[in-house]
Amino acid sequence: MQYLLMLHVEEAGWSKLPKAQQEEGVAAYAAYTEALKKAGVHKGSNRLQPTSAATTVRVANGKSQVQDGPYIESKEQIAGYYLIDVPDLDAAISWAARCPTASHGAVEVRPVWAMQASASSAA
Amino acid sequence: MHSREGDAQARSTAEAVARRSYGKLVAFLAARTRDVPAAEDALSEAFASALADWPVNGCPANPEGWLLTVARRKVIDMYRGRRRAEIAGERLQIMAEGLDAAAANADIPDQRLAMMFACAHPAIDATIRAPLLLQVVLGLDAKTIASAFLTSPVAMSKRLVRAKDKIRQAAISFSVPEREELPARLDTVLGAVYAAFAEGWTNPGGTDVARRDLAEEAIFLGRVVTELLPSEPEALGLLALILHAEARRPARRNQQGDYVPLAEQNPSLWDVQMIDEAEDLLRRASALGCIGRYQLEAALQSAHVFRRRTGRANWAEVVQLYDTLFAIVGSPVIAINRALAIAELHGANAGLDAIQEVAADARLAEYQPYWAARAELLAKTGAHNEARQAYELAIGLESDPVVRRFLQQRQSALKQ
Repeated sequence: MQYLLMLHVEEAGWSKLPKAQQEEGVAAYAAYTEALKKAGVHKGSNRLQPTSAATTVRVANGKSQVQDGPYIESKEQIAGYYLIDVPDLDAAISWAARCPTASHGAVEVRPVWAMQASASSAA
Repeated sequence: MHSREGDAQARSTAEAVARRSYGKLVAFLAARTRDVPAAEDALSEAFASALADWPVNGCPANPEGWLLTVARRKVIDMYRGRRRAEIAGERLQIMAEGLDAAAANADIPDQRLAMMFACAHPAIDATIRAPLLLQVVLGLDAKTIASAFLTSPVAMSKRLVRAKDKIRQAAISFSVPEREELPARLDTVLGAVYAAFAEGWTNPGGTDVARRDLAEEAIFLGRVVTELLPSEPEALGLLALILHAEARRPARRNQQGDYVPLAEQNPSLWDVQMIDEAEDLLRRASALGCIGRYQLEAALQSAHVFRRRTGRANWAEVVQLYDTLFAIVGSPVIAINRALAIAELHGANAGLDAIQEVAADARLAEYQPYWAARAELLAKTGAHNEARQAYELAIGLESDPVVRRFLQQRQSALKQ
């Protein structure tokens, strides 16, 4: 079962950290990613650019609207994600707890809709 | 007492009394019907009334009798409401009759132990036993328990309901097993209490309220078991073990909130009273002449305390205790601690050889202490690159940010 771990953090927090703590933070994420890979559950992960680089797009009445900035204006934003493949929700939760984000922000655990399974059953 | 302070005091007394009596009352209400949810419903109403009434009118002279009277009224209401649903009605009738008998008698029989044996019955899924005990004996809600056990609240709630249904449907008896059956059955009860404590222990800073309280609740459960089974050496051993561990809580973090390993802790920060109590329990247990895993683990704690207090190395004794413990339990977790003790006695290479014996165990791949132990031993032998990799995994597997930082510091102290 695949789960998307969405890492919600206070965006302004990172730049306020002293350099040593930023380095420690980066190293903690690297170690966490490594642990996921070693456990064979890592399917993908990325760090995202800050929401100042975000663009939000909608099409309404056949007209596209392009807006500068994130979909939701909030202090807390998604700063990255991990896609993991584990047997059940409890396993996903225990990996989420190990994610460095969990101790300063929040990790949202979302099960992935199993499209492949339904596609193959339809075929 | 109408001052705010007086109200607060009455409220905290109410909470303490209600808490102390909760398990006893659930056990009493559910013992014959085995209908734990109905007992919990009746009691939660009584409990809520007490918290509203006692701070205003003062605590009654017989708080348990008071709670039981309110619970009885609730049971009778439920009985009337469900008269046509025959099975439920029958159970509630039995419960109401029992309450009449108890109301006439000032002493409510303590059936908590029988209930604990039902909750930790081999027919109940092993992983839900500890949460179930915490709920039915202490009244903790599913949300608190779920967060402490790193499970989703919805899933925890469902599993608790399922376990209670199983007790009722499979007619698991509320009784203390016979002599010959007792050791094996007691083991599951003690295992559940220990699991509850272990969950609380992982939050040494006490920042996570649910977990900090869990350690206290587990000690409370441990005391209940030893009070009701005063001559069971393993029950005494378990309480000694968790008291020893709890006694060191104040020393596990320094003033900056950093992690302090046992070898660097300041023994004057340890809780002397708890240590004395643990030592006393251990003496009582060993006088009964039947060794077991909890007594051995408590003896190990005792040996660590002795070494740190006297400065006299006792690693040979520690290794011997681990040998015996490993022979009984055979868990890879014990093998890791044994390897660390061997390293103290015979050097880091001997420790690494010992850890190698269990390295093939698949359970260790995601076990942080395994990688941390490996890293420490590798660092001592000068294998800094391998140590760095082992630290990397330990860091990635750790969920406590304080321990993570400690491991990162150890890792960066390695020579490039």
